[in-house]
Amino acid sequence: MLKLIALRIAMAVPVMLVVATIVFLLLRLSPGDPALIIAGETAGPEALARIRADMGLDRPLIVQYLAWLGEIARGHLGTSILSKIPVLSLIFDRLEPTLVLALSAILITVLVAVPLGAVAAWRHNSWVDRAVMVLSVVGFSVPAFVIGYVLILLFSVKADLFPVQGYVSPFEDPVASLRHLVLPSLTLALVFMALISRVTRSSLLEILSEDFIRTARAKGNVERRVLWRHAMPNAAVPIITVIGLGIALLISGVVVTESVFNLPGVGRLTIDAILARDYPVVQGLMLFFALIYVGVNLLIDLAYVIVDPRIRY
Amino acid sequence: MSATERANIPSQRNRFLEALLVNRIALLSGVLLLVIVLSAVLATAITGDDAFLIRPRQRLRPPGAEFWFGTDALGRDVFALVLHGGRISLLVGLLAAVAAAAIGTAMGLLTGYLRWLDPIVMRIMDGIMAIPGILFAVALVSLVGPSLMTIVAAITFAEIPRVTRLVRSIVLSVREESYVRAAEGLGIPPMLVLVRHILPSCLAPLIVQTTYMFAAAILSEAVLGFLGVGFPPDVPSWGNVLAEGRAVFQRASWTILAPGLFLAVTVMAVNLLGDGLRDRLDPRLSRAAKVSS
Amino acid sequence: MLINRRDALALSAGALFAAMSPARAQAKKTLRLAPHAALRVLDPVVTNAYITRNHAFMVYDTLFSVDSQYRPQPQMVKEWSLGDDKLSWTFVLRDGLAFHDGQPVTAEDCIASIARWAKKDVVGLRLAAVTTGMRAVDARTFRVELKEPFGPMLEGFARPSSIPLFIMPKRIADLPADKVLEEVVGSGPFRFVQSEFRPGVSWAYERNETYVPRSEPPDGLAGGKVVKVDRVEVVWFPSKQTAINALAKGEIDLLENMNADQRSLLQGNKDVEIRRRPGPNASTIRFNWAQPPFDNVKVRQAVQAVATQQDYMDASIGDPGSYQVCAAFFGCGTPLETAVGFPDTGKPNIAKAKALLQEAGYKGEKIVIITPGDIASFAPLAPLTQQLLRQIGIPSEIQTMEWSAFLARRAKPGSVAEGGWNLAHAVFDRIDLISPLGNLNFDARGNGAYTGFVDDPETEALKGRYQRETDPATQKAIVEEMQKRAYELVFYIPLGTYFDYEAFRSSISGYVPSPVMVTWGVDKI
Repeated sequence: MLKLIALRIAMAVPVMLVVATIVFLLLRLSPGDPALIIAGETAGPEALARIRADMGLDRPLIVQYLAWLGEIARGHLGTSILSKIPVLSLIFDRLEPTLVLALSAILITVLVAVPLGAVAAWRHNSWVDRAVMVLSVVGFSVPAFVIGYVLILLFSVKADLFPVQGYVSPFEDPVASLRHLVLPSLTLALVFMALISRVTRSSLLEILSEDFIRTARAKGNVERRVLWRHAMPNAAVPIITVIGLGIALLISGVVVTESVFNLPGVGRLTIDAILARDYPVVQGLMLFFALIYVGVNLLIDLAYVIVDPRIRY
Repeated sequence: MSATERANIPSQRNRFLEALLVNRIALLSGVLLLVIVLSAVLATAITGDDAFLIRPRQRLRPPGAEFWFGTDALGRDVFALVLHGGRISLLVGLLAAVAAAAIGTAMGLLTGYLRWLDPIVMRIMDGIMAIPGILFAVALVSLVGPSLMTIVAAITFAEIPRVTRLVRSIVLSVREESYVRAAEGLGIPPMLVLVRHILPSCLAPLIVQTTYMFAAAILSEAVLGFLGVGFPPDVPSWGNVLAEGRAVFQRASWTILAPGLFLAVTVMAVNLLGDGLRDRLDPRLSRAAKVSS
Repeated sequence: MLINRRDALALSAGALFAAMSPARAQAKKTLRLAPHAALRVLDPVVTNAYITRNHAFMVYDTLFSVDSQYRPQPQMVKEWSLGDDKLSWTFVLRDGLAFHDGQPVTAEDCIASIARWAKKDVVGLRLAAVTTGMRAVDARTFRVELKEPFGPMLEGFARPSSIPLFIMPKRIADLPADKVLEEVVGSGPFRFVQSEFRPGVSWAYERNETYVPRSEPPDGLAGGKVVKVDRVEVVWFPSKQTAINALAKGEIDLLENMNADQRSLLQGNKDVEIRRRPGPNASTIRFNWAQPPFDNVKVRQAVQAVATQQDYMDASIGDPGSYQVCAAFFGCGTPLETAVGFPDTGKPNIAKAKALLQEAGYKGEKIVIITPGDIASFAPLAPLTQQLLRQIGIPSEIQTMEWSAFLARRAKPGSVAEGGWNLAHAVFDRIDLISPLGNLNFDARGNGAYTGFVDDPETEALKGRYQRETDPATQKAIVEEMQKRAYELVFYIPLGTYFDYEAFRSSISGYVPSPVMVTWGVDKI
């Protein structure tokens, strides 16, 4: 078991190296000049050159790359060009709203989508099944920002049930926090729910048609017991896999949702940093998101072993 | 009546019903998609040459007889913008999906077949998958500047690993089959084996995957537009029509609802078509899907 | 007893903690506002970003400042005099001025601040070029010695925008002008709460209890800066729509700006007051003078013949109450307003444009319009310009890019193939146009000049004459000559001026109408 964990962690290192290289090349090979943002439109060429030198942008690309790799290997993500604040503390400062949003969206999804998908498969072609199919198709087809704006228009502006925007920490005021969280987490959860309910349904359907389920049925087991005892554990692997892969979907959703609802999380920080060409912050955030993705999927790999003891690498 | 009979008879009947139903939905989706594609292709014929005419004194008119979907903040006809926008959005979707399928297939075939290549390519694919696709796309388009090329490339990039993994998994399962072994035994060059014997097995799942990627790519274009890094304003796409409507949404909701509806219906039709294809090509596909997970 | 700096810091930190304890927080009057942009850079000399300037007006004080009619008025200065030879200016500071670290403001601080500012600001650079020396006469008096008369001295010291002259402690002002300042120590009516600064998200100010305001009522940026709230919290909203909704529901007290279209979302809300912002914006077409076809004055005149302010304003603003056709290059409603040379008849003259293009020998080459994709005020301009160009037979392509890439590219005089451009738009706050020396549209130094690269030595000579002139009537005559010439040669095309709106909860009173948003004077029930 320990060997397995060590192996998987070792496999994550080259993946992160690939991520680092892609991110570095993406930012440095593109046109645009962060020095100009600092200096303003009317700055002279001498001032620009000086700011570039301060930031190390005048060194050869390969030197910049190696120096940067050395820094991040030691956990130094650098400081923001614009605000002069260390990237790590910028990220941690913005982490709470994003985590709260993402966790509540995952919670909604697991509590609603998995049972829905299961019922849909169990009562194949019933109204629940149809509803799940409609939900999953709608969730996949309507962009999150359109959903967000429609929710704001209906529940916030017209019905006045929830605040329009903003974030309140659950550690400060749990009730207000919850009210601020409802619309954004619904917006974020919808596409995730579409994905998970659909995968739950289809993997269960597949398993329900397999021989050992028929055998279980033939042995006289009642349907509900067949579903939960025999089919669910076998469907869990694809469902968990998709939750892991869906983390990427969730991160994309976070970016859009935070923009619509004005949440001060890492998603908005990323977009702001990209638009402002704040290289160290963009690099740091991309690495951070990649690390989350790799980490979550690592945990899921390990979870397989628990859910399905037959799997061994 | 035994439990077996009770369980089996409705399930048989259901499967038949399902096939019929799924095909009917798929058929309907296909027809709907055809209508949308035609309306996009014939956009100029339908709305006339002055589709993008800015009418300074007719801005933000609500939908009515003259302007079916109203006008936008520049007094342009939203109906015309939406039809023309379909051209670009569908083109982006198609190009990105086909490009991702082509590149991903090539890489999947090679990695699945050439063992020494496998760990390298798969780590690179893992790396790409670890970067949130939309952030990569926003960064690329924002840094390089929006054009058909960059937007398609940005969307394609994130989709490649999925195809690569899918194709690789099929190759891994097919290469042990006796006919492939036989072909290799006869000394047929690996390239030829790949193209002649292994590629055909990948086609069905690839078609389904490409359909889904087509839908996803259309959505990605819209999100890029929403985040302000879409096409220039003289190239209307659903993404930038939506983005422009965003500023006046609460006052003129048609500027979001009309393109949003077209976008949603198109993506829905493509997804349902994909479902139909998938169910149609079921037996082989479901096995492949399981291997890939 | 003298309080040394460390004691003063300890005192203020203690006061801050006391003020932040929950019991006291209840009694605090806090103003919450949504600004026009996110604050990231704190140094007002290193960038000309409006949001950094607005931040600086909260925490720093200025020697002079403009009133609502854009006339310079004394602020930190008590009295001043100009020698008979017009070469020696003497300034005396008011009593009771002190920095947030407790140190009094001295003549040396002012001299160091002027020196730093004069390395960056366009008017400051011109002043520096004719200054022979600055020296402190006593702790509160300093003198500026010149080699030739400098007419716009007070205008320069009262610069409301681009880079205003803010007074900082000498130890900070002595740092190189290109170094980004990280410490915020001013002598203004608010102190910056460094610990609450979240760049790009939110920031806060507390009242400077020791500030001594002038006795005059506030008028624009001039007059007494009396602070009536304890705290100002600023939260950046990336979506204006969200900010408007937040104001409607009372989650914030004040919204700095929204456009005429967005106003309708708040109309009918009894708890919200909407007011036209005093400083309008002016959108413009700029040509690349360094490249064909717009190096030819006739081609520029052809575009001028069809681009009417009426069309641009109707297409981008709509509501006639929210815009005005304005002929004056130095701003309507300012001391230098004039309609001299204005060619816009309100009707596009396509025939004249085509004739001019023929005379110019224009062959139908495609031109490139560059525009930022993420700035709302630019959104309507490029499509309309493209339509007008098409009508007179100039084919064009719009290329969008992110804001900083746009600025970088617009600053390049090269051809399109070399990464340049042919036509671009620029949007100005009127406050940036009022000074003939500071107005970037009159930077006529060719390739080294402001974007567009206007090359006209005659205009530069006129600016020199204006600078040496101290008589207002003669100054005005020179300005009229400058405007006439700029219209004839088509330096740029003004597309009309339009107003944004500010909105606040009815519980707010005393919000001073000012082209640069200020929160002194504001009270909250």
